[in-house]
Amino acid sequence: MTSGTISIDQERCKGCGLCPIVCPQHVIKIAEDQLNTKGYHPAQLIDPEHACTGCAICSLICPDVCITVFREPHRARMAAVPELSKEVI
Amino acid sequence: MVTLIEDVPATMQVVYQRPESLSCVSTHYCPGCTHGIAHRLLAEALDELGLRDRTILVAPVGCSVFAYNYFEVDGCEAAHGRAPAMATGLKRVQPDRIVVTYQGDGDLVSIGAAEILHAAARGENITTIFVNNAVYGMTGGQMAPTTLLGQKTTSSPFGRNVSSSGYPIRMSELLSQLDGTAYIVRRSLHDVAHIRKAKKAIVTALKAQMHGLGFSMVELLSSCPTNWGIPADQALNWIAENMLPYYPVGDYKVHPEVTTL
Amino acid sequence: MSRTLLKGNVAIAEAAVRAGLQAYFGYPITPQTELLEYLASRMVELDRVFLQAESEVAAINMVYGAACSGVRAMTSSSSPGFSLMQEGLSYIAASDVPCVVVDVMRGGPGLGNIQPSQADYFQVTRSAGHGDYHPIVLAPASVQEAIDFTTLAFELAERYRHLVILAADGQIGQMMEPAELPPMQSARETRPEWALSGANGRKKNVITSLHMQPEDEEAFNQKIQRRLAKIRQVEQRSVEYWTNDAELLVIGYGTAGRIAYTAVERAREMGMKVGLLRPQTLWPFPEERISELADEIQSCLVVEMNAGQMIEDVRLATSGQVPIEFFGRMGGMIPMPDEILNAIEASYARITRPVAHHANGVRG
Repeated sequence: MTSGTISIDQERCKGCGLCPIVCPQHVIKIAEDQLNTKGYHPAQLIDPEHACTGCAICSLICPDVCITVFREPHRARMAAVPELSKEVI
Repeated sequence: MVTLIEDVPATMQVVYQRPESLSCVSTHYCPGCTHGIAHRLLAEALDELGLRDRTILVAPVGCSVFAYNYFEVDGCEAAHGRAPAMATGLKRVQPDRIVVTYQGDGDLVSIGAAEILHAAARGENITTIFVNNAVYGMTGGQMAPTTLLGQKTTSSPFGRNVSSSGYPIRMSELLSQLDGTAYIVRRSLHDVAHIRKAKKAIVTALKAQMHGLGFSMVELLSSCPTNWGIPADQALNWIAENMLPYYPVGDYKVHPEVTTL
Repeated sequence: MSRTLLKGNVAIAEAAVRAGLQAYFGYPITPQTELLEYLASRMVELDRVFLQAESEVAAINMVYGAACSGVRAMTSSSSPGFSLMQEGLSYIAASDVPCVVVDVMRGGPGLGNIQPSQADYFQVTRSAGHGDYHPIVLAPASVQEAIDFTTLAFELAERYRHLVILAADGQIGQMMEPAELPPMQSARETRPEWALSGANGRKKNVITSLHMQPEDEEAFNQKIQRRLAKIRQVEQRSVEYWTNDAELLVIGYGTAGRIAYTAVERAREMGMKVGLLRPQTLWPFPEERISELADEIQSCLVVEMNAGQMIEDVRLATSGQVPIEFFGRMGGMIPMPDEILNAIEASYARITRPVAHHANGVRG
């Protein structure tokens, strides 16, 4: 199972709760115990078993573009826009 | 555990990050508002087509009134409903620039109905991103021409009824009848699959403009959690359950040459 | 250059073209439509932008877009159409973009009629859209002035990055008389650095009239007010005749001012010491010159083609020094010279001349 990870800009996050819902691996949670400076509970990656595959679905649903997605090289391609990787690049 | 960028194993590569055409400024939109998604898709499309440095954005009056703050492109502010006219002035004088209007449903379907209709009829070579969330968002959730029958808003407190305020307007279908249009489609932002399709539609619309094929518009069914009074995720479901039946996603006008792009 | 017989509307249009007009957006409305019709071919011949919009509301916003591109852009309309443009004018005035708008005024209010009128004086000088600002307003009284002021309008618009209105009444637009056109200026190639053209190798440009924070909005307004103060100080324009020894000063602009000239000329022939001052800028109003003259004259007669609007500016400029009388026609009626002469005679007769001093300086 290739592994990937994400980095969430917790200051930018407004805690809308969409990314935890769509994450296939269920490794994103709203950090109820934290508040960012805008007073939102930011989303947080909790992935001890490295279940995250870097599929980037979370970055597709995020309205505030808080999530940067990483993936191991051998499957690293433009995940977010697979159809485009064929056409344009 | 917060994964900071510097904590990411060096072997890993970035596969997705904020598009260059999108400013790093945090938006003022409510949590879960799909304006943010629409902005991101437009920015991604501008990046992929290499249009950032020759694009001019015309922002409307509405929730996206600050849109020009969120894109790394030249931008201006049109009077409520007049973005297509302002864009016409910009495009006619600079036909080699990419001119995009970003408008909400109150802006485009209500006060700006004449301007969008005539820009489309003229085949104005501009692209319109039309965010339809069935209410006037910025002013606090009033009824718009796109408000659904029975839908309660702050100015249709008993639910919109036909006898007093008639029927919601399907603008994509309406404009698709005009010969000057090259690409008029409706997409939705209520789930990841639809978001992917919306992205492709925006890319196609911009390509239509790049090739001078006439007026292009992508209508995006969008959520308004705050004014609908429901959480962001339920708002996305509300789109699927209530808006999609009345506003079917689909391609309403595709100029033959657009299919070759 | 030689003089040719020109219709006012056409003269304005050609003057704009020769001033390097790059984009025109308009809408048909009498009595200015010939301006649009002329440009419909002329601009296309020169490969410049011409577009008849779906409404005056759309037209002014198209002009706004073109002006944001940093080119010379213009529209023209008449009173009802000008009313529709007011929101757009306010946006333009609040964006520091140069813009020229021609208003060929007609009988009003409401649909009114198509006869010449000056009933939009307040509208063009004070309320050409909401908010604290005044456009610069030029008032031609002949086809020649209509040409000269069109050229001047573009210069002033760019000098101050401000909105300039050419306020002609219907007669100026419709009449024909010999006039001389300026040489053709080329449309400028370069664009100002603030223009919207795509952030290619530079920071993005944003043009907006939105300032959410009141502190910012006030600062922006103070900037406009400083600009207006400078314009007021430098750009007041008027012409005057027989004012060196005038006891009665007639003040009238545009067609009213022009017809008043004939009446004042006759009054002089009849031995009356009457002078004429014709404002050429309605904003900034020529208050300085009028205030100076107020020290020398005994009385003032304002002549307008409305119910009396400019008269208020005359009152402000003379600040009570002299009595101000008024003669006006409304509804598109054009005052005849003898009507104005009658008013002059009446005003002149009412002047109470200072009685010759007695030996001990007591006034009798």
